[in-house]
Amino acid sequence: MRIIVCAKQVPNTNEVRIDPVKGTLIRDGVPSILNPDDANALEAALTVKDSFPGTTVSVISMGPPQAMFMLRECLAMGADDTYLLSSRAFGGADTCATSTTIAAGIRKFGKFDIIFGGRQAIDGDTAQVGPQIAMRLGIPVITYVQKVRELTEDYVIVERQLEDGYEVIKAKTPCMLTCVKELNTPRYMTIKGVEDAYKAEITVWDEKDVALLPESCGLMASPTQVQKSFTPPPKGKGEMLTGTIPEMTDALVSKLTAKHVL
Amino acid sequence: MVLSEKHELLKNLFRNFAETEFTSDILDELDATNSYNWDIHHKMIQAGLMGCKIPVEYGGQGSDNLAYVLMIEELSRVSPVLALYANTPNSLGAGPILQVGTEEQCKKYLIPSAKGEKIICFAITEPGAGSDAGGTTTTAIQDGDYFILNGRKCFISGAPIADYAIIFAKTDLEAKGSRGISCFIVDMKLPGISLGKDEDKMGIRGYPTGDIIMEDVRVPGDCLLGDLHKGFAQAMVTLDGGRLGVAAQSVGIGQACLEEAIKFAKDRKQFGRRIADFQAISFMLADMATEVAAARELTYNAAVLKDKKDPGAPQAIYMAKYYASEMCNRVAAKALQIHGGYGFVKDYKIERLYRDARITTIYEGTSQVQQMVISAGLLK
Repeated sequence: MRIIVCAKQVPNTNEVRIDPVKGTLIRDGVPSILNPDDANALEAALTVKDSFPGTTVSVISMGPPQAMFMLRECLAMGADDTYLLSSRAFGGADTCATSTTIAAGIRKFGKFDIIFGGRQAIDGDTAQVGPQIAMRLGIPVITYVQKVRELTEDYVIVERQLEDGYEVIKAKTPCMLTCVKELNTPRYMTIKGVEDAYKAEITVWDEKDVALLPESCGLMASPTQVQKSFTPPPKGKGEMLTGTIPEMTDALVSKLTAKHVL
Repeated sequence: MVLSEKHELLKNLFRNFAETEFTSDILDELDATNSYNWDIHHKMIQAGLMGCKIPVEYGGQGSDNLAYVLMIEELSRVSPVLALYANTPNSLGAGPILQVGTEEQCKKYLIPSAKGEKIICFAITEPGAGSDAGGTTTTAIQDGDYFILNGRKCFISGAPIADYAIIFAKTDLEAKGSRGISCFIVDMKLPGISLGKDEDKMGIRGYPTGDIIMEDVRVPGDCLLGDLHKGFAQAMVTLDGGRLGVAAQSVGIGQACLEEAIKFAKDRKQFGRRIADFQAISFMLADMATEVAAARELTYNAAVLKDKKDPGAPQAIYMAKYYASEMCNRVAAKALQIHGGYGFVKDYKIERLYRDARITTIYEGTSQVQQMVISAGLLK
């Protein structure tokens, strides 16, 4: 099978702070990592490869040249080859332009069976790029995949996570699946994998390579405009009630009544 | 040292592995039971840790000494004892075979060792031969195609779980001191081999250590490693590799102690402010961080020199081992001091780190032995 994984290099938001004046992320000195949900997507792809010998797992990303570090990590985990869409023309892209570019890259691969992507990236948190790629390629998409029940060359049956349960969906291949962290535990890189990753070539494509006009990508093709970003003020300290359960319940009810919640 | 991207990625792997897998429950259990954790062993195999710097043709991962020290440092930062699990098959266990083994011996012993399927321990120390390895009294007497081994090895890390032991024994009984010693790879299941009790150690608990007793053990001639009567010189070269590992382990322990001390100093309030705001504490932290950084540079540099097969590598390794191990004991003592009474109870990590640090100036050559070899190098 031919499996494609969409991956993004993101700042490790556990270590990111917000500039209180500008409202933007302070990225200086913050390490960049493979987006966590994308690691689940890659693991899902590698699991397919483990059970279907001869499967090729290709990882595609869009980003600056630094994103090669993340792609090397994907190689070290077991991906077969990696592709980076990188060009000044791609800069400033919103999800619309990003999905146009990545879909153009995927078209260049020709035939494929499944695209795995993460549910969303921890920097933007939009969860839009995966479904948009599927739309542009004209293939089915199932988001929030928490379990793969059956996977063949012709179809997949997966569980799609809902807030209060899940639904079981069958889709024909080729299709796109976006993965949540409950799907699996990503494997570690191996030491030899890292050694080999630094002997491997990463293919870099610009807009010409994927047959896009400069005005079809990046900032120029991005309808989204960010007006303002800010950090919401902290809500203040919560109040802890003490006493026996009936005492605490009574206190809670009277407080909620006083606030006209009840 | 500015690491290459490749080494940065390897470091990420090691740190991620240690922080994910070495849970506090596992660390507590290791300390309490002093027994080997096979689950961690098997997880280490999957990430390739057991064969980090063993060549690919012998089942290893084909990486270098710098990757190896990064691995030992990062694993030790979370657990100095679990670092040993990945250390032995890369250093003392594999070293002599890689160095002087025949192609057949390399294939037979290294491949399962690098894959974590078999464990090889390194047995040179005896009750009467510690720093003075020349005082070896274990004997190996040739008998046709066999050698008959008799003697006792002590304080052997991994002996209770080992499949094979690398045993140093006197083959030329007439020769004086460190001469006339040969090296054998011995199957631990051979008749005549027995184990002493597991040592109840102060630190690095969870990697069993014990005696190997040999009574008329018939070892096939093809288990001789390297040249007859030349084992001691070979052992010294292996110990260089092991000492690099201890240096890296010490850096990892020092780093962990520093991090614990910073965290505690920021949390703990006395006289109305956090103790980190007192210069007496903050200057201690400054000294600790500087020493850890210096030891790290010495260690990385020694690893790079070893990778380049630079003639200055052994001396650099002795210095790194000497400095880093002494450093981590100083840093552990200061970190515990910063914790005050809390450092003296087992609820805080520093208590265990302080005990784990203690072995580093002792094993694989005491600090005094390092001083001897460093000065001998200067004065020759």
